[in-house]
Amino acid sequence: MENNTYNISVFTENSVGMLNRITIIFTRRNINIESITASESEIEGIHRYTIVVNEPKETVRKVISQIEKQIDVVKAFYHSDDEVVYQEIALYKLPTKALASGGDAERIVRAHHARILTIESEFTILEKTGYPDEIKELFTELKPFGLLEFVRSGRVAISKPMKTLEEHLEDMNNEKIIL
Amino acid sequence: MSQITGSEAVIKSLVAEGVHTIFGYPGGAIMPIYDALYDYSDKVTHILVRHEQGAIHAAQGFARTSETCGVCFATSGPGATNLITGLADAMIDSTPVVCITGQVASHLLGTDAFQETDVIGISMPVTKWNVQVKRAQDIPAALAKAFFIARSGRPGPVLVDITKDAQFGMMDFNYEACKDIRSYFPNPVMDPTKIDDAAVLLNTAKKPYILIGQGITLANAEQELLEFVEKSGIPVASTLLGLGAFPPNHPQYVGYLGMHGNYAPNILTNEADVILAVGMRFDDRVTGDVSRYAKQAKIIHIDIDFAELNKIVTNEVSIHADAKEALALLTTKVERRTHESWIQEFRDAEKLEVEAVIEDAIHPKHDRLQMAEVVNMLSEKTDGQAIVVTDVGQHQMITSRYYQYKAQNTNITSGGLGTMGFALPAAIGAKLGNPSKTVVAIIGDGGFQMTIQELGTILQFKIDIKILILNNNFLGMVRQWQELFFEKRYSFTDIVNPNFTQIAKGYDIEALKIDQRTELSEALDTMLSSQAAYLLEVVVEQEENVFPMVATGASVSEIRLN
Ligand SMILES: Cc1ncc(C[n+]2csc(CCOP(=O)(O)OP(=O)(O)O)c2C)c(N)n1
Ligand SMILES: [Mg+2]
Repeated sequence: MENNTYNISVFTENSVGMLNRITIIFTRRNINIESITASESEIEGIHRYTIVVNEPKETVRKVISQIEKQIDVVKAFYHSDDEVVYQEIALYKLPTKALASGGDAERIVRAHHARILTIESEFTILEKTGYPDEIKELFTELKPFGLLEFVRSGRVAISKPMKTLEEHLEDMNNEKIIL
Repeated sequence: MSQITGSEAVIKSLVAEGVHTIFGYPGGAIMPIYDALYDYSDKVTHILVRHEQGAIHAAQGFARTSETCGVCFATSGPGATNLITGLADAMIDSTPVVCITGQVASHLLGTDAFQETDVIGISMPVTKWNVQVKRAQDIPAALAKAFFIARSGRPGPVLVDITKDAQFGMMDFNYEACKDIRSYFPNPVMDPTKIDDAAVLLNTAKKPYILIGQGITLANAEQELLEFVEKSGIPVASTLLGLGAFPPNHPQYVGYLGMHGNYAPNILTNEADVILAVGMRFDDRVTGDVSRYAKQAKIIHIDIDFAELNKIVTNEVSIHADAKEALALLTTKVERRTHESWIQEFRDAEKLEVEAVIEDAIHPKHDRLQMAEVVNMLSEKTDGQAIVVTDVGQHQMITSRYYQYKAQNTNITSGGLGTMGFALPAAIGAKLGNPSKTVVAIIGDGGFQMTIQELGTILQFKIDIKILILNNNFLGMVRQWQELFFEKRYSFTDIVNPNFTQIAKGYDIEALKIDQRTELSEALDTMLSSQAAYLLEVVVEQEENVFPMVATGASVSEIRLN
């Protein structure tokens, strides 16, 4: 079975230990998590995790049902890269001196649509959002300037299909049998 | 209303859930709860076990035979960690158990305080749900949720960890049973069109075949299954945990599936054209090499747990539903048929097993007693009506092969986890849940010593269980594998045993040891008619092997008769 990148979105109650409960499911199957991010979602009290893995579709499907089985998980989805819009953010810390010395720095910043977040006398911090390879490209170009620090966020992704989580929840609740 | 402590709220919540038996062991971090329990001895019985593993296995035995939730108490740290094996066992065998553990005071959490362990973290992979409670006022809602989750959907164990300050804290008690959790969907809505699809397949099948598992028992669907089977005329086979869910003497029953199951149901799995699997999960002990398992068959799978559908095999029709409901509807959709020549194939294959294995096992020509003849005689003497709890090993497989479980909720064994040491405490729990029934624990000489301390519980609470030790002086099942697959290199499987009858006597339990065939019948009668706990040690053949066998990596169609 062929590996592919899948973007898994998990919506959960905001309870302690949720992250652990979810990651255990990946660890048990010895699946490497490429990236994971967590934040609030559009619904109050519901958290959202974006998990990126490189696995066969079958495996991802099984993992999704095991995630959904967790009591505090509201819903989980998986999408291939072309079904989502995704972004990452990276910060680059450089010596201000190095940036100021040559004319090339300005061109690079402009060409990559990077933003300058702060300029101090000692260092400057640039920000770039985009795809991982774009972030990597800027990294390569900045390296010769004496890059001091570099950090990249995990991926955040939103799926293209229009059905909202709220609609999913409504459907699920309409079907819910309460004994 | 006057306020009560969190500890009293624990007990009141349990009473509100109808709990009358608790298995537990006290310690520092749960002392306030034990103190509150002291005033409720008229409403709840607490069984002081001798090890927390015993508490949870007893709770499992109780739950599985009485269709209620088992409850156990343990203290923090070592008390809680001693529960882990039982949690894992209950998780994989879908047993509803609520564990309440004491925890250090909340201001000490995370500081490596005395007897602090991260029980929430440790138990996470082996619980259906767990939660830590740090405020007295949160106790009733946490317990209500715990019971709801443990019992509903596919049942399982839950753990509620309560800090000591929450136990001491004051609160206004008000108990409301939990009926719904917004993120939890335990009762799937069955899609009736799937039932139609299934019926079409079954109605046109030439060799349809039903595989049942514990899901039938858990869904209380025994009657619906029987009606479905009789109308459809389809042969039925059972997994280890499904035994007891269908009458073993029924003309359409064709036997027990899996590694040491019967010959016909295994070998003919690869002949069926449509398989209807209900409440079973295609465990590797059932499928053998899954790449050569039922490839020719269209599979219809009914399960309440969505994650089980298409997990191991690929289904033609997946029915996410409660087995009771699904079978009832399916019965209305299937045609009344018979499958005589197909069932005859099972009978023909069965003859081979009777000749090659069964006849010799129950009417042996060997000098030494065979496990199978002991179990067979027990089955006859109890008319298959006893609650039979088994440990893990050869004696377990022999029991599942030769005990005719004719009554529901009587087959109690550690199936998914295969936990040695399960039987003795589980039998204690089963007896407490069913005081009027005969409970027999069939245990190997090895496994008995894993939880032997529970003889103390039997002594203290006068629990009338029958302990049948099948002593082969070996860790027999491992020895069998060494014989068959490791060139008879018996690496650390010969076990020197103590004098079991003398140990029993030390616990005031009447005991007898036999090693002759001529003594067997009378010894079993004595055991069964005794009015109190009884231990019968039967010395059996040392190097008996359990056959048939589907070796690891083999296909079900390669099942060996010897
Ligand atoms: C806790 C635990 N440890 C080890 C095993 C591996 N194991 C499976 S069967 C078996 C032998 C059991 O010996 P005994 O209790 O004497 O039963 P017999 O097979 O001889 O009937 C062992 C060691 C296990 N299942 N559980
Ligand atoms: Mg043994």
